Amino acid sequence: MTTDSQYAPGSHPDLPPPASMVGVVGWMRANLFSNTTNSLLTIFALYIIYLLVPPAISWIFINSDWIGEDRSACTSGGACWVFINARLEQFIYGFYPEAERWRIDVSFFLLVALIVPMLMDRFKHKGWLGAVILFVYPVISFYLLAGGSFGLVKVETSQWGGLSLTLIISIVGIVGSFPIGLLLALGRRSKMPAVSAFCTGFIELWRGVPLITVLFMSSVMFPLFLPEGVNFDKLVRALVGVTLFSAAYMAETVRGGLQAIPKGQYEGAEALGLSYWKSMGFIILPQALKHVIPGIVGNFIGLFKDTTLVLIIGLFDFLGIVQAASTDPKWLGYSIEGYVFCAFVYWVFCFGMSQYSQSVERKLHTGHKR
Amino acid sequence: MNETTNNGLQGKMEISDEVIIEINNMHKWYGEFHVLKNFNLHVKRGERIVICGPSGSGKSTAIRCINRLEEHQQGQIIVDGVELTSDLKHIEATRREVGMCFQHFNLFPHLSVLENCTLAPIWVRKMAKADAEEVAMKYLERVKIPEQALKYPGQLSGGQQQRVAIARSLCMNPKVMLFDEPTSALDPEMISEVLDVMVELAEEGMTMICVTHEMGFAKKVANRVIFMDAGEIIEENEPQEFFNNPQNERTQLFLSQIIQH
Repeated sequence: MTTDSQYAPGSHPDLPPPASMVGVVGWMRANLFSNTTNSLLTIFALYIIYLLVPPAISWIFINSDWIGEDRSACTSGGACWVFINARLEQFIYGFYPEAERWRIDVSFFLLVALIVPMLMDRFKHKGWLGAVILFVYPVISFYLLAGGSFGLVKVETSQWGGLSLTLIISIVGIVGSFPIGLLLALGRRSKMPAVSAFCTGFIELWRGVPLITVLFMSSVMFPLFLPEGVNFDKLVRALVGVTLFSAAYMAETVRGGLQAIPKGQYEGAEALGLSYWKSMGFIILPQALKHVIPGIVGNFIGLFKDTTLVLIIGLFDFLGIVQAASTDPKWLGYSIEGYVFCAFVYWVFCFGMSQYSQSVERKLHTGHKR
Repeated sequence: MNETTNNGLQGKMEISDEVIIEINNMHKWYGEFHVLKNFNLHVKRGERIVICGPSGSGKSTAIRCINRLEEHQQGQIIVDGVELTSDLKHIEATRREVGMCFQHFNLFPHLSVLENCTLAPIWVRKMAKADAEEVAMKYLERVKIPEQALKYPGQLSGGQQQRVAIARSLCMNPKVMLFDEPTSALDPEMISEVLDVMVELAEEGMTMICVTHEMGFAKKVANRVIFMDAGEIIEENEPQEFFNNPQNERTQLFLSQIIQH
């Protein structure tokens, strides 16, 4: 062992860390076997993994059937993915007429084509493209999906369903609730008593009722208040309900971020002569939203999964249609495959959102606070 | 501060007769607490005023009233001919013409140094982006950190951040600069780099009101030193007289405590 006194003051070099800190053995010693209790826990955990993982892999991949037309193809005792294969179109498009399904494909790929440049750093005209996505695209896809004009056959919303319906509800909910939530959050902190009282009341009302109630009211109660002959589409009512419900949660998440901004930032912006909306738009919100990206994406993910509740007002979203298919006498007994598939698809979307939010966080990280 | 240059700026700079800030009989309360009592101050264009006093004496509050970061309840504040009332138009017009530097800099951490400097000129003064950047670089050079323009505030030292804050205010081409304890949050090593910039600014004839405990700075650049205690102006004099021959007992006590360090 070297003594520290062999270096003159001010001449101590940087030494490498001791060997027990580095390498695989060092890592295992530090993380898995640091003491007796942890060693026992590690061994126990390995045993649990051994019990669960190999059978699951065998059920999903090894002893499973993938190819075939009907249930007679499922003979090997594992998962019967033939069921998913045979019903995949229905899972995606619901009861949308087969001849018109290209319209869903087109609007989906159009959206993907518009969003990809938004994610690229090199693309310069993000403002314009964002405006197109927010204001032009919804109009196009509405006419495309609903039809009834431009020579397209009208497709009633009761025929929409499956994954495409889930995506429509979530995207509309996410895109609609975000700006409304921002305004509600700013309004609740407003110095004007009427604005603040209205926003607080709105938020507390919508947060105080379950989403199921909101959907139920929108589908059963709301039409009773409308005059004879006026009728909003059931899907539109559900969309409005989901959007406002989610906006109330969004508002509280954003307000949390606003409260984390030091007073000095407001004063700095005011002292430069920036108006309220400019200081919010350029100074306060960009920082506040950055703080609450995890919360906002959490809201989005929650909304995405909650869309499945539209089932109770008779709309068949992705989960609803999978459930309905597994009660089909032709495929009785394969509901587990349906649910596993369903869980997997939901997980892919939610995990994707989560990963995207983390990449945004990394990109916006300017390294240092204040 | 170099003691030999004491009062070096006195008389060197022109002070016009035009009054740019006029505060008459201003009173302010925080709830029941009477923070500012009968505050009167007339500042002429080109004048440099230092306000000092013990903490809690209301000096920061007083200068924050000048750009209405704080609201006064009684009396009159007129900045460059515009009276400050609750009229938002007047307030924003005043803030455009009055620059301010804070104790904690209040730079915008999510924007680069250059963006910090160009934001207000572009969006408040409606300057073209290229012009605003040119102006910003000019002032960043003047505060001697043009090479940091593309960094973020969090990557700079405290002294550099405060100099960016000064440059940011100057980019708005203000008629008056307010400094609210600009060196109080800085390490001793960084104080002088900020004070040097402020001295240069004074030499160029900027109208300045500084709340500060840097008495060397006060001796060097101030035309007038104001001593405040418990919300009132206790004493007001030219720096030479103020430091060598303080009249009021409380001023004498305050100065003796400062000098002991």
